[in-house]
Amino acid sequence: MRFKFLIPLSVFMLLLVLLGIGLTLDPREVPSPFIGKPAPAFSLPTVHAPEQVLTTGQFTGQVSLLNVWASWCVSCRQEHPLLLELARQGIVPIYGLNYKDDRDNALSWLARLGNPYQVSAFDADGRVGIDWGVYGVPETFVIDKKGVIRHKQTGPLTAEILKGKLLPLIRQLQGEPA
Amino acid sequence: MIAELGHIALIMGLMMALLQGTFPLAGAAKGVPLWMAIARPAGRAQCFFLLVSFLCLAASFAANDFSVLYVARNSNTALPLYYRLSAVWGAHEGSMLLWALILGFWTLAVTIFSRSLTEEFLARVLGIMGLISVGILLFILLTSNPFERLANPPVDGNDLNPLLQDIGMTIHPPMLYMGYVGLSVAFSFAVAALLGGSLDSAWARWSRPWTLVAWIFLTLGITLGSWWAYYELGWGGWWFWDPVENASFMPWLVATALIHSLAVTEKRGAFKAWTVLLAIFAFSLSLLGTFLVRSGVLTSVHAFASDPARGLFILLFLAIVIGGSLFLYGLRAPTIKDHVRYEFVSKENLLLLNNILLVTAAGSILLGTLYPLVLDALGLGKISVGPPYFSTVFAPLMAPVFLLAGIAPMFPWRQASLRKIFGRVEKLVILSFIMGVTSVAMFWSFRDIQTMAGITMAFWLAATAVYTFWSRASLRQGVLSGFRSQSLTVYGMTLAHIGLAVFLVGVTLSSRYSVEKTIRMALNETFVLADYRFTFRGVARIDGPNYTAERGDFEVQQDGERIVLRPEKRAYHVQRNTMTEAAIDAGPLRDLYVALGEPMDHGAWSVRLYYKPFMRWVWFGGLFMMAGGLLSVSDRRYRLAAKRAESWASAASPKVAG
Repeated sequence: MRFKFLIPLSVFMLLLVLLGIGLTLDPREVPSPFIGKPAPAFSLPTVHAPEQVLTTGQFTGQVSLLNVWASWCVSCRQEHPLLLELARQGIVPIYGLNYKDDRDNALSWLARLGNPYQVSAFDADGRVGIDWGVYGVPETFVIDKKGVIRHKQTGPLTAEILKGKLLPLIRQLQGEPA
Repeated sequence: MIAELGHIALIMGLMMALLQGTFPLAGAAKGVPLWMAIARPAGRAQCFFLLVSFLCLAASFAANDFSVLYVARNSNTALPLYYRLSAVWGAHEGSMLLWALILGFWTLAVTIFSRSLTEEFLARVLGIMGLISVGILLFILLTSNPFERLANPPVDGNDLNPLLQDIGMTIHPPMLYMGYVGLSVAFSFAVAALLGGSLDSAWARWSRPWTLVAWIFLTLGITLGSWWAYYELGWGGWWFWDPVENASFMPWLVATALIHSLAVTEKRGAFKAWTVLLAIFAFSLSLLGTFLVRSGVLTSVHAFASDPARGLFILLFLAIVIGGSLFLYGLRAPTIKDHVRYEFVSKENLLLLNNILLVTAAGSILLGTLYPLVLDALGLGKISVGPPYFSTVFAPLMAPVFLLAGIAPMFPWRQASLRKIFGRVEKLVILSFIMGVTSVAMFWSFRDIQTMAGITMAFWLAATAVYTFWSRASLRQGVLSGFRSQSLTVYGMTLAHIGLAVFLVGVTLSSRYSVEKTIRMALNETFVLADYRFTFRGVARIDGPNYTAERGDFEVQQDGERIVLRPEKRAYHVQRNTMTEAAIDAGPLRDLYVALGEPMDHGAWSVRLYYKPFMRWVWFGGLFMMAGGLLSVSDRRYRLAAKRAESWASAASPKVAG
């Protein structure tokens, strides 16, 4: 009976530990169970044209990126210029997975900030996101020529990550036979 | 010289806070009147020194003293004096100083309006506020000193972030901090009562006006912030669920619960332990919020970790203040007894339910705000949870809150007959349902169930508020004397609940029926949006004090009515960012909103046009709630409370010492 009054304190201690970890731990890669597995299949309408669909079949035969984004996502705005630059260089096709978004908002977001995507799939209820193990937005997947996920970046891309990790990996994958 | 003076005054403030935080508490524990008597003068002296310190920083800004690092980073000679002064709280160091100063003001207020308190209780309250102040001032002095000098001062400063060069942003932070810090008074009252073991209705009566005033400032601060985001960010949105907004919304929700819970504790002597816990929660959340935002831990863990001293200090401070008070609660709460009986169906239980819902809502926001932090802490990267999470979780929690806010005031204390209540509200339910459905069907759409639900709820809130007030007033003979007989608290409650209805109308209609269009407009081209004819009349170049702008000229016509809107795109010289200044024609039934995008070929521009129905109602709702709070707080019962409490204090000698 007396213990129930200590519940708030214990919950707070837990929170404190968490904040402590946030303070000390260096962000590091955690392997995703999806790496090395074929990309989970989907067939979704595109953001620009509901009657057209994007399917996972389009990923085979070339190395491609799948970037999970949303117009409500603040961090996406941060990585957006990098994606635009990458798309301009034409090194690798970038596909978008528009996650739990509103079509109008997504369209005006692209119109306002620029569209780096070949095409963006419209995942309104986030079901495909679940299949792909999306924690949140943004995330970026590297998919090889066979349609297998080879790398996953959780959180926004930075110039260092792009130059140091993603681009070398993409070049290596582009050298592999299809 | 001035900066050094400010620094010394800050250190003096810390000394006073130390005095205020030690002797009075020890005196209250040991029963030494002389030690307790230190509380009042030390608190006033602390406030004085903090004010001197703050004015010194302001003077450094006014004099363009760029040898002070903080001034050099956040000001510029071309910045108008008005913004140079508001730049004092434009960044981390200065806003922490403002936080401390406002705590000083609240301390001063407690020393003045505390004649009804016993010496012992006052000593404890001020002692705890002193300890909080010690923590904040140490934080400023050790990790975020605004008076730091530069060895080689630059010729000119780095300018204030253009986003903050705006009237809304000038008053918004002080108001919000008044609210955040004001909750420290309720917190200190609660902890003092736990320490002294004197939790009773007198304690609730003392805390109530302080909590209300803090809540009023918090309401105003949030309303101003959302209004600012709406016109300054140029997105047409007014609430983004970003960590900064959540940090202010969580304490607001808990403070709202606290106000209601305090009412029960004061009137009925029930829920004592719960009310104390809420008081601790409310201030803890505002501390957590301030620091999560201030330390940058939520927008980026890396910024937090880049200055480990700052992060560690914050963590330690939170651990001591929140952990300490919750520990004390764990020790003392089991001894608190409610000697009140009430039936299952009663106003008490409905208010408890409303409390639980509000706290759950705050908890779910905390979860959504911290979730990205958890993932980041575990090295999973930085992500956004965003509106999909918040709207999914929040709406179902708030719907019952609205229902309860309508019906709870009709319930009598102690026990209620469900049959009687339903007999009374039956007509109101049907009335609001019919009004809600038909008004939406008439003006908007026949099949829009979501809007119908929202508007029905708004009608329900307004109708029950008016009906409850009417049925209270009509107990008297004659309408006028009935109106006069009602206490200001009742008026306040009615107004605040109507405010909630107004807010709900604004949220529902503006989110469902806004029209937005991003288009390319050539010179003299006309575009029709929601019956309004927007004509683009070109762009002119104008010069501001520290920026140059391109000002668009738009003519808007509807039914012979003609308005001119002039949105701007400003280029600030020093920080080299461009800012969109949207032009808004505000009206009670709709807002027209024009923002300039990018220039295109042949004098054409990309332009964003918005039509937002009932937009103003969102903020009017906030203002109504605030006005309701003001009415309640000016209730003369609280002024009379002074006398009554005095007689109570002399009748019941201090129960437990220490």
